[in-house]
Amino acid sequence: MTYKYESQRVAFPYFVAALGLFAAQILFGIVIGIQYLAPDFLFPAIPFNIARMIHINLLVVWIIFGFMGSAYYLLPEEVEGEIYSVKLAWLHFWMFLVGGATAVVGYLFRWHDGREFLEQPFLIKVAIVIVVLMFIFNMVMTMIKGRRRTSITVVLLIGFLGLAVFYLFAFFKPDNMVMDKYFWWWVVHMWVEGVWELIMAAILSFLLIKLTGVDREIAEKWLYIIIGLTFLTGIIGTGHHYYWIGTPEFWQVWGAWFSAIEVLPFVAMIIFSLKMVSMRTKKHPNKAALNWTVGTAIVSFLGAGVLGFMHTLPQINFYTHGTQMTASHGHLAFFGAYAMIVLAMTSYAVPNLRKKTGEIMSQKAEIFAFWTMVISMICIALSLTGAGVVQVYLQRILATSYMETQTHMVIFYGMRLFFGATFTLGLAVYLYDFFLLKRASSR
Amino acid sequence: MNRASARNMFIGATVIVSAIFLYMTVLSLQSLPERANTGNITEGVAWGKKVFERHACIDCHTLLGEGAYYAPELGNVIARRGEGYVRVVLETAAVQGWGTTRKMPQFDLSEKDIDSLVEFFIWMGKINTSNWPPNIEG
Ligand code: HEM
Ligand code: HEM
Ligand SMILES: [Fe+2]
Repeated sequence: MTYKYESQRVAFPYFVAALGLFAAQILFGIVIGIQYLAPDFLFPAIPFNIARMIHINLLVVWIIFGFMGSAYYLLPEEVEGEIYSVKLAWLHFWMFLVGGATAVVGYLFRWHDGREFLEQPFLIKVAIVIVVLMFIFNMVMTMIKGRRRTSITVVLLIGFLGLAVFYLFAFFKPDNMVMDKYFWWWVVHMWVEGVWELIMAAILSFLLIKLTGVDREIAEKWLYIIIGLTFLTGIIGTGHHYYWIGTPEFWQVWGAWFSAIEVLPFVAMIIFSLKMVSMRTKKHPNKAALNWTVGTAIVSFLGAGVLGFMHTLPQINFYTHGTQMTASHGHLAFFGAYAMIVLAMTSYAVPNLRKKTGEIMSQKAEIFAFWTMVISMICIALSLTGAGVVQVYLQRILATSYMETQTHMVIFYGMRLFFGATFTLGLAVYLYDFFLLKRASSR
Repeated sequence: MNRASARNMFIGATVIVSAIFLYMTVLSLQSLPERANTGNITEGVAWGKKVFERHACIDCHTLLGEGAYYAPELGNVIARRGEGYVRVVLETAAVQGWGTTRKMPQFDLSEKDIDSLVEFFIWMGKINTSNWPPNIEG
């Protein structure tokens, strides 16, 4: 399967940037993982809060690079026409990369804002909005000029528009901390349990059509079912963050019921992908891409669906709120849903974009990396769940002090770091396979 | 079910839940004066929040259970430690940082910053959080 449109090639640098930033994200993850065990590590040069904001900001930036690269790869094939402007795609690629790098270096010099995940200084936030608008403009023009309008591209566009619109709430910083928190979730929750799920589902549908050869009509019907369930449950499901932050108590009812069924879109994604695979009309040679594709449906179900459900009811969340349980869920959900969907698209698209296009070389290394990363991340989540259980029991039930409780969780932080190391090994093999093993034939 | 009816259900569901959600948002905002004592947000409280953000406190601590999990909850810190103790922590942090195992870095905090942070924490402590956290340890 080679690429069909010349402009698809602009996707390639996006995947490269995503992988580079991914590696940097994990480096900083290891740093804070070590600091949990040895607090003096790199202190005071890089304190925990700075390293943590770098860990998470890099995550978000590389995922968005991955989303944009995926869009540039699939758009021409979907609309049957070239990208409107390849120059524009390159321009906002560099703007985003330079902006992202500036932000990270700035953090090291304490140039940052102060709300979790939204630490980007004002100017960087403005730059991000401009980049996303440039991208959306290019996408819309490509769709208008294309010969075909598909549901996949429409859903993808709604996802990106939502990403841009909800990010605008990052500019809203009222003096009232309760109101601040209320709208902070309009960025964070509305992204990961709303509009990003649309982007994920659209990419998933594209991949499944390509990898199984099953008819588009079926895939697009499922796509609408999935995103219908996403919004049906996820919008009012925001209420699972409004239990204890000073907002009315009716959220404990509405947030609980709607967020409890937020697992449904993830169940639907599993059924969808297994069904497509069982109906397949061809055996695609790119086995690694199929692994990532079916894997993302399954692991996102575990991380978001299962671990998310476990702490979403107020009767449980009262005890787990803001403990290592939350970190456990955050890791497996982000990795399973968004890291893996981007890696799935990378795995599918990149061989088609290289010089010897469409040639699938030995995927042994990549499949080894796949299993190592997936199993390691599941073990990281389990370690943090262990830490969370201890924390809930000692601190929340027996009222042991925070710092005292932490001393009883060291074993689990050790396990987390160990599996962080195996995760890094998997990533290293992946990157070796991507950049070195195939360099001879890359473009 | 075919693609068109699936799409229509998506649109219908989205419109309905969005309307409900927006209505509940209005109700939530209307409850703030009472639940969050909006009237007590003095200049000091507002400045304290800005100082809290300037040093990214949230990327180590939780505040009402949200943030990072590396350091203790601060929403009820005045009730747990008392105002005097919190002042000592901040005044020491302004000079050399604070803590023995996990440490708070040295932060540039003026007298005004410290007073405002304390005011901010006092205001935070009075928010009606539906009895969270389960106990004083946060
Ligand atoms: C791919 C989808 C998801 C991602 C990436 C994700 C990610 C996250 C992250 C990073 C946090 C921590 C936010 C913070 O720092 O305060 C969080 C919190 C939370 N998530 Fe998710 N999540 C997803 C889906 C879900 C689902 C489907 C549910 C429930 C059914 C759920 C339930 C929760 C709850 C209840 C919290 C708050 C935990 C607390 O009280 O501390 N999440 N999520
Ligand atoms: C080597 C592997 C990793 C290690 C050692 C690691 C370590 C950490 C640590 C120590 C924190 C801070 C927790 C706290 O606030 O106390 C954190 C937060 C976070 N990390 Fe990682 N991380 C790793 C990989 C990843 C990956 C692969 C992802 C996603 C794809 C990820 C996503 C996140 C998220 C979303 C948070 C915020 C969680 C929350 O607020 O609840 N991390 N990580
Ligand atoms: Fe949520």
